[in-house]
Amino acid sequence: MNETIHVSSSPHVRSKVTTRYIMYLVIIALLPATVFGVYNFGARALLTIVITVASSVLTEYIFEKCMHRTITIQDGSAALTGLLLALNLPATVPWWMGILGGVFAILVVKQLFGGLGQNFMNPALGARCFLLISFTSMMTNFEYHGESAATPLAALKAGEVVNTKDMLLGFTAGTIGETSAIALLIGAIILLWFGIIDIVIPGLYILTFVIFISLFGGHGFDPAFITAHLCGGGLMLGAWFMATDYVTSPITPKGKIIFGILLGILTGLFRLFGSSAEGVSYAIIISNIIVPIIDKYTIPRAFGKQKEKKGGAKV
Amino acid sequence: MKLVTFRGGVHPDDGKHWAKEAAIQPILPKGDLAYLLSQHIGAPAKAVVNVGDRVLKGQMIAEAGGFVSSPVFASVSGTVKAFDKRFNAVGTQVDAIIVENDGLYEEISYPEHKPFSEMSKEEVIKQIADSGVVGMGGAGFPTHVKLSPKDPDKIEYIIANCAECEPYITADYRRMLENPEKIIAGIKVVLSLFDHAKGILAVENNKPDCIKILQDLTKDEERIEVVPLRTKYPQGSERQLIYATTGRMINSSMLPADAGCIVDNVETLIAIDNAVNNGRPVTERVITVTGRAINKPSNLLAPIGINQTELIDFCGGFKENPEKVISGGPMMGFALFTTDIPLTKTSSCLLCRVHDPIADLPESACINCGRCVEVCPSFLVPARLADYANQHRPRHFQEWNGLECVECGCCSFICPAKRHLKQSIASYKKTVIAMNRQKAAEEKKLREEGEALKKKGGDDK
Repeated sequence: MNETIHVSSSPHVRSKVTTRYIMYLVIIALLPATVFGVYNFGARALLTIVITVASSVLTEYIFEKCMHRTITIQDGSAALTGLLLALNLPATVPWWMGILGGVFAILVVKQLFGGLGQNFMNPALGARCFLLISFTSMMTNFEYHGESAATPLAALKAGEVVNTKDMLLGFTAGTIGETSAIALLIGAIILLWFGIIDIVIPGLYILTFVIFISLFGGHGFDPAFITAHLCGGGLMLGAWFMATDYVTSPITPKGKIIFGILLGILTGLFRLFGSSAEGVSYAIIISNIIVPIIDKYTIPRAFGKQKEKKGGAKV
Repeated sequence: MKLVTFRGGVHPDDGKHWAKEAAIQPILPKGDLAYLLSQHIGAPAKAVVNVGDRVLKGQMIAEAGGFVSSPVFASVSGTVKAFDKRFNAVGTQVDAIIVENDGLYEEISYPEHKPFSEMSKEEVIKQIADSGVVGMGGAGFPTHVKLSPKDPDKIEYIIANCAECEPYITADYRRMLENPEKIIAGIKVVLSLFDHAKGILAVENNKPDCIKILQDLTKDEERIEVVPLRTKYPQGSERQLIYATTGRMINSSMLPADAGCIVDNVETLIAIDNAVNNGRPVTERVITVTGRAINKPSNLLAPIGINQTELIDFCGGFKENPEKVISGGPMMGFALFTTDIPLTKTSSCLLCRVHDPIADLPESACINCGRCVEVCPSFLVPARLADYANQHRPRHFQEWNGLECVECGCCSFICPAKRHLKQSIASYKKTVIAMNRQKAAEEKKLREEGEALKKKGGDDK
């Protein structure tokens, strides 16, 4: 008999899905939007993407090296954060902002809170909001085909008419990855197909948002207005790729429902009544912060357990 | 075909092809036999033989140590060599009676027993108890206790657990193909004890041949129905099986009888048939010896007490050196550090794996993906429970229903971070139960002391 026979607790088999597989699949699902962003905004977009991805991965590597921790850059989560951050930036940002964003996302939002799985808000969105607050003019300066242009949402807010067909396809001003609803939906289908994300959060997010703007948007149920809101801004990118971030969304089934609805309401509030045309980023990071509380109050009822009756009688 | 199932669960590679075609073969032991006195839940059995005694096959060598206990019978003829300790599958040392096999296989002349049709219900239960029948699916709960619920009239379903949802194991499958009439005879015995009960043979639909055979044999039986189950692990888990077949739910503080159900597995029903219809005690069982490391994967009818190394030799030994040997299936079985352990009434499988995938998969950080929540058949949040277990937070662990875990291992199986969730939860569950028990005992003591003081104070006045 072999001397090195292994002993461990059951189960003795494991599924093939790993963290790395999940992260790389999400990166693949983001490729249509990435490729379209580069096509739409040119080489400058590509440069921004390369810079943020590199700075994110490098920050993680250097931090873990300095802290004598296991290097985890091969799991793909840092690269994914970098990519998501780039897709949330205008192509025109200076190179140092890409680096700053990557460092902030990984160092401050992720690693200082304990690394993968411990961050309380989405690192890419945290960094985006940090840059938005610190460098507002550069973050809201959108150029399209070499000319300064307003994003469709800003135009919509100013009462202008927008071209919804261009918005669906993505030929508008905006951040690198957010413009093409079609490219993002292709990615979303990939994620749903491979079981990486569940429809609950993004589905309820979009549904609640649609109901909210139909009620309070002042246009009633106007398909053109709703399509413009759905395809404009970061909604598609946010709903499918960032609200579904495992770490910063609830783990309980009921919690996911509450989270989706909350996102829809907050986004509607910010977009309709806020001073900015945008609302997705703040809606998501604020909801992220509430997740621990949502989880705490939505502990699922175990199999065979009756509802706790008042008076302490527990069956 | 209408299929019933439960919510949650996983689909591991089933691996049943290894031993599926191998007909059940009897194996005769060569070396000494070791009979563990504790191979069931409850009080250990008490030896009734002395060193040097000659024993015959079928002779009781240890009697039940209480109501929740079960006697042990010799499976060969020979001489009692010693009382010693032997490792069981879980790795603890247990008192054992060692019998030297004389190779004659002389059987005792079994006492005349009443035919089943003339027995009263009490006599049937007594016959089952005296024959050493315990839950042979793995739990080892004495069957006569299960068959003596508080209110027998409230039992509405007798469920034969023919799911065999654990990958690799084919023992029950072969039994259903080769001895289906014994399973049905067994469930009829149990049905005779409960006037209002209906028999359900619950079979996973990855065994269509078994479903067909059992359906053909029971087509004229009014009280017995074959229910096909969707193939999914842990379909054979007691709580999940009851839910799938009857829609009733039980939790950790309930017994199947509380939901009007009694669940017995295939091998147990055959043991019941042997006990009641043939007057034979439990001296043997079918075990699957399988896996890539085994030369000839087989299903063996093996005597209780045989050294499991002999089973491997009988199956042609190892083709390749195994990295891991598991007693039971890959989802809930126990990894052995030696095969030098005796077969017990609850050994259903000996799985020898060439490659142990667990060793190649380091644990990484939880990414909160919720896959464990999706697959948990008890609707728990394993990721959180494992955290609370590792942080030793009993209050949170119980608030998140940690005590409801059935230890099926689906969470560990599915986890992309390869965390040992089930291990953390299952071991902490034991700690919490022990803590609660201790706390209850202390509270009781304090209360008694308080009452004594009060009484004393009253006397002083």
